Amino acid sequence: MANTLPDTGFAGREYPVTEPYSVGREKIREFAASVGAMHPAHHDTVVARGLGYPDVVAPPTFAVVIAQRAESQYVADPAAGIDFSRVVHADEQFTHHRPIVAGDELVTVLHVDSVTQRASISMVTTRCEVFAAAPDGGAPGEHVATVTSSLVVRGEDS
Amino acid sequence: MTTQRPELAALSVGDVVATRTIELDRATLVRYAGASGDFNPIHWDEGFAVEVGLPGVIAHGMCTMGSVVGVVTDWVGDPGAVVRYGTRFTKPVPVPARGAAVVDVVATIGALDPEAGTARVDLTVSHEDVKVLGRAQAVVRLA
Repeated sequence: MANTLPDTGFAGREYPVTEPYSVGREKIREFAASVGAMHPAHHDTVVARGLGYPDVVAPPTFAVVIAQRAESQYVADPAAGIDFSRVVHADEQFTHHRPIVAGDELVTVLHVDSVTQRASISMVTTRCEVFAAAPDGGAPGEHVATVTSSLVVRGEDS
Repeated sequence: MTTQRPELAALSVGDVVATRTIELDRATLVRYAGASGDFNPIHWDEGFAVEVGLPGVIAHGMCTMGSVVGVVTDWVGDPGAVVRYGTRFTKPVPVPARGAAVVDVVATIGALDPEAGTARVDLTVSHEDVKVLGRAQAVVRLA
């Protein structure tokens, strides 16, 4: 079997802006419940509005749902050479320029920041810049979040 | 429901602000897979996990990361106050077919930035006394 390693030529690549992701109130509640996040601002619109938000607030790692969709453009591309059975998640970072709330329509621009290889171990770092979708489908609006993710890919002989 | 956040001026680096014990069982992982859309079989298929060299089913790193930060949002009283949150995944958390993996969380003030009005909360996250997250840090806006 061929020893596939991630193609370092993908480093620096930027993908076109994604279709909008609609942040649903029930999706926030479902995700919050799945990580045991019982703070009422995730579940109760009255509490969320009392804190100054227009609707229920997403947990701090919710943006991974949006980021993973965008990242699949790269990691699921056979040309990228990423064997998912050999992938280990190494690092994840979220920066919230403002909280994500139910009702948001969000678009993402995926960047492949680096693809490095040392011996038979590869490290791939992606960055998702998440923006409010423009109502008219035009250029993305307010910058909402940045999600950086690093994956380690083990080669065949490691 | 109070909207009172902790006072930045009353905090010192090294203060332990919260602790919590979290249990992750197979149902947690199935629920997280569905909610997040991460259906990698290493998180629910024992045979597959063993075939790829793991001791068995392991928790999604993102499930652990997402589960432990509740200690911060509950302490600060406002989930929208978390402006940054990141971690390295240093060790997997094996989740048995019956029972649960127990994860211990200690939240300590790691840094204070009065100009920005933020505090950095460092999370020590361990399973059976082994740290499973590295440099798990959340920055919260308090003012």
